[in-house]
Amino acid sequence: MNIKDVENLAELAKLDMSGEEKEAMLKDMDSILGYVKQIEEVEVGDVKPSYDVYNVWREDKIEPREFSKEIITEEFPDKQDGFLKVKKIL
Amino acid sequence: MIDLKNLTIEKAHESLVKGEFTCKELVEAYLKTITEKNKELNAYLEVYSDAVFQAEEAQKRFTNGTATILTGIPFAIKDNILIEGKIASAGSKILENYKASYDATVIKDLKKEGAVLLGRTNMDEFAMGSSTQTSAYGVTRNPVDTFRVPGGSSGGSAAALAGDLTLAALGTETCGSVREPSAFCGLVGLKPTYGALSRHGIIAMGNSLDQVSPFGKCVRDTEIIFNSLSRYDKEDGTSVPDVVRNKMKAAHSGAKKIGVPWHLFKEGVDKEVEENFKQSLEKFKKAGYEIVDIELPHAQYSLAAYYIIMPAEVSTNLSRFDGIRYGYSANKEVDNLKDVYMKSRGRGFGKEARRRILLGTYVLSHGYYDAYYNKALKVREKIREEVMNAFKNVDYILTPTVPITAFKLGEKMDDPVAMYLCDIFSAPANLAGVPSIALPSGISSNKLPFSIQFMAPHFHENNLFEVGKKFEEIR
Repeated sequence: MNIKDVENLAELAKLDMSGEEKEAMLKDMDSILGYVKQIEEVEVGDVKPSYDVYNVWREDKIEPREFSKEIITEEFPDKQDGFLKVKKIL
Repeated sequence: MIDLKNLTIEKAHESLVKGEFTCKELVEAYLKTITEKNKELNAYLEVYSDAVFQAEEAQKRFTNGTATILTGIPFAIKDNILIEGKIASAGSKILENYKASYDATVIKDLKKEGAVLLGRTNMDEFAMGSSTQTSAYGVTRNPVDTFRVPGGSSGGSAAALAGDLTLAALGTETCGSVREPSAFCGLVGLKPTYGALSRHGIIAMGNSLDQVSPFGKCVRDTEIIFNSLSRYDKEDGTSVPDVVRNKMKAAHSGAKKIGVPWHLFKEGVDKEVEENFKQSLEKFKKAGYEIVDIELPHAQYSLAAYYIIMPAEVSTNLSRFDGIRYGYSANKEVDNLKDVYMKSRGRGFGKEARRRILLGTYVLSHGYYDAYYNKALKVREKIREEVMNAFKNVDYILTPTVPITAFKLGEKMDDPVAMYLCDIFSAPANLAGVPSIALPSGISSNKLPFSIQFMAPHFHENNLFEVGKKFEEIR
């Protein structure tokens, strides 16, 4: 990994970081990846990853919920007429 | 004066039934210790102003005969478990003022029993850490030795219980976050089977691993909490349905065969910890248990696989914190949407959270996905197979809980890998989804607690309680 990779990852993950921090992260990444790399040497054969993982579906039925609209809208960082307000996208 | 030090859930319940003290008196006794000690320990981030009111409500159930074993029992709740109308910050600045809009299922159940929620406890930010030092709200100190860490990530709950600032406590585990602080603070910690307790209303870190986990001062306390909270919940897609639970449950008690994977701790384990482990084994031998060597060749890769799978899930889970709907937002200071994301997340997340988000983004990115993430899933599967195969021959797998005892505040903060290694023995149970219990096993020469941990097959918690209680007699 190099500093360009870190910059790219920070952009993808939408994390604003200083140049200094990116340098420090690069060092941490190298050491962590150095540790986790040991899984490369594992012979796993033809094991299927997580064979018992399956989707859990439910009927799309309307059920009454106890959510309070007030508690939810109070959390909005920005709002107008009870609606969530975001910056202009177009 | 209530003797808080020797109080257990059962003893408290008995006293409440007999009227030796009231729910209010019990809660006030804990509030008094909180006032005395919390400033130094920083176990609680907030103590709820309605705690006494909750106790008065609980008292009514003793009068009208509807009290259960948990009625009036004070609980400390980790800061990543939602309680309607209360702040749940997950130890992070990005959720500093976030008020939960609903109760987690485990909270709903505790309220139904009439338990008293004393407050929310400190934790590593988003449960990312093994020492409660990554919290945005300062470190928590270990009541056993206040110059040392309580372990983590559920360090606040552990310190609250070990310091008699509560009678019961909930934490969460993704990889050792209850067993490791239990070990460092001299408590019992139970990591239940994945899917036993509902995850609904828990702020997710690694969904395929997270599990609500109780602390107790004795095995029986964790058993009582487990029995009250373990149930199928349709709000949680990975909650295990009753038919499957019943099929997997232990068919017999009296399990006596313990497997020890010696090859896993040839190195990296503190001498005194190893010595204590051997002494504990001797005690089991004398008590009629059969001890056998077992091999878990893939288990040594557990932590490496974990540090790929978990960050991958982290980077996905934490993408919801974007400064738009709730939590910290930079929206007043910037002009465009992208900067709202960049600045809110850049400032709101602490260093360890940023580190894991980047790492997760990397292992999931095109070109590395197969080499890291897919490979790690396969290794996980191997580990699970191996653990399940071991259980064909033995009833329990026994290891030390942590390779070391509680370390000093400030240590390991500059070396992520050294910090991660605290959970080397925790990882196999989380990856395989099996239950595991950490048990106090003595005191070191510098007066710090030792701990051993048992693993058992899925939904064999009863066996863990059985062997745990036996150890309380013979240790």
